Amino acid sequence: MIHFSHVVKRFRRNEVLKGIDLDIVRGQRVALIGSNGAGKTTLIRCLLGEYKCEGEVTIDNQNPRAFRQQVLSKVGFVPQLPPPLRMPVGQLVRFAASLCGADPQRMVRVAQQLGFDAQQFSRQPFVKLSGGQKQKLLIAIALGRDSELLVMDEPAANLDPEARHILFRLLAEKQETSAMLISSHRLDEVASLVNRVVEMDQGKIVLDDKVADLVEISSQLQCRVRMLQHEEAFARALSEWGFQPEGDNRIWNGRVAGPDRLRFLGMLSRYAALLSAIEMNESAQPDTETENVA
Amino acid sequence: MKHLWLTAYNDIIESLRARWFMVYSLVFGGIVVILFAFGLSESRIMGFTGLSRLLVTYIQLSMAILPIFVLITTVRSVAGDREAGVFEYMLSLPVSLAAWFWGRFFGRFFVVFLPVLLAMVGAVIWGLIIGSKIPWGLFVYYSALLMSLAWCFLGIGMLISTLARSSDVAQGAAFITWLVLLLFLDLILLGVMIRENLPPETAVGIALINPLQVFRTATMMLFDPQLVLLGPTAYIILDNFSQAGYIAYAIAYPILFGTVCAALGYAIFRQSDLP
Repeated sequence: MIHFSHVVKRFRRNEVLKGIDLDIVRGQRVALIGSNGAGKTTLIRCLLGEYKCEGEVTIDNQNPRAFRQQVLSKVGFVPQLPPPLRMPVGQLVRFAASLCGADPQRMVRVAQQLGFDAQQFSRQPFVKLSGGQKQKLLIAIALGRDSELLVMDEPAANLDPEARHILFRLLAEKQETSAMLISSHRLDEVASLVNRVVEMDQGKIVLDDKVADLVEISSQLQCRVRMLQHEEAFARALSEWGFQPEGDNRIWNGRVAGPDRLRFLGMLSRYAALLSAIEMNESAQPDTETENVA
Repeated sequence: MKHLWLTAYNDIIESLRARWFMVYSLVFGGIVVILFAFGLSESRIMGFTGLSRLLVTYIQLSMAILPIFVLITTVRSVAGDREAGVFEYMLSLPVSLAAWFWGRFFGRFFVVFLPVLLAMVGAVIWGLIIGSKIPWGLFVYYSALLMSLAWCFLGIGMLISTLARSSDVAQGAAFITWLVLLLFLDLILLGVMIRENLPPETAVGIALINPLQVFRTATMMLFDPQLVLLGPTAYIILDNFSQAGYIAYAIAYPILFGTVCAALGYAIFRQSDLP
């Protein structure tokens, strides 16, 4: 579906992409990782036809620069930094839907699923929303239409755990029909979302590897955490993940999205000395059959 | 075509909420209020009194303010949008580059011309209320001239925004452009050059290609039909154009100039990196 062949991009004498060769097919969920200045954003901009470059970039055999509208009508894009648009939320949704030939109500419904009531904020300028609300709306615009390629730059960075789980579920619905390119600085942020990892460094691809595709994107883990003693900071961290206390506030119960397990365990590791027990049970359908994984 | 109007509408909505638009509207509305407040419509100069006198002064002030305002606000917001990532996101949507560029141009033209026109309409309404004679011919002529001037500098602004990659550079370039055009007015450098024996044809040529000078001469023509204030240059202008011909030129030329600049800007925009 996506084809990069000998792609070189220079800004004056600075060569940012140094002969990129990459092919991505439908059904692949690719993590594009690398440190700042590795060339991830430049590669994405070349893919979207926003940058001119040497070599060949095609999406379904069409050059995104020459066939802008045909190509971009298949692409849902979520930028890392939301643009400072002053237009109201309702106007932005209508504008994007109209350009994409999509139903604005579908975008509103996706935003609602993610926990953002776009209708309530319809007259609010986009720039005045919180970081998380902006992210949810941009994701809703990208997912609330028929797209065959999703290009997302740190899509879950500003989302709360519940919204992250819903995002993973929405991505799972698209995984058979779409290709996904998810850019991030850190692999652990996106590892469970993808089945392929492409690492860039100084304008080159330095790693292109398959990832064991065992974790269902839409799965959830039923978790139970027991502390040795109540600790306020730990309790606050668990509350942020939507966990509820039980009894004397030493036992906490909650759910973690499957792809978020690494992040969750990372959070727990900060309080390892306070932990007396962890139980995590995977369930494809929440609250039904469970399988012990930890 | 639908995408072009959608983009224009979008740009209008964005601009109406921007602080620059508020300042811009206040300046032009404020000029009319101040002119009324200081009783300018009661005074008389070269036979002009009432609303005509006010409009003559308003257009002279507009010539000083409008070009630099249009240039700076255009380059600031267009280049600023590029820097802030607005282009990156909006141009990831399936909109053609022509619809995007020209949609923004038309939307921007609407918002830069609207306050100027509304200020004049406000003056006319106030004139009607206080029972002044309304100079409709002057009103239409000045509206056309201001529209032409706004269009011209908007085109120049779009070209500068396309060429400059940062808003700082764009603002600097816009200011220098305005300064150069200002320097080549008959009152400043052009007058000095003529005194230093510049061939008259060259001086008139420079005056005729400088949209600011074209505008200035056209506004003078209404209260000084023989262009006495211009001196001998007036003979060349009137002999070659006639009064009506020059008025038509003064309206058409800046529009053409602005359109050529904007078209050049578009050609560069579609060939270069977008964000």
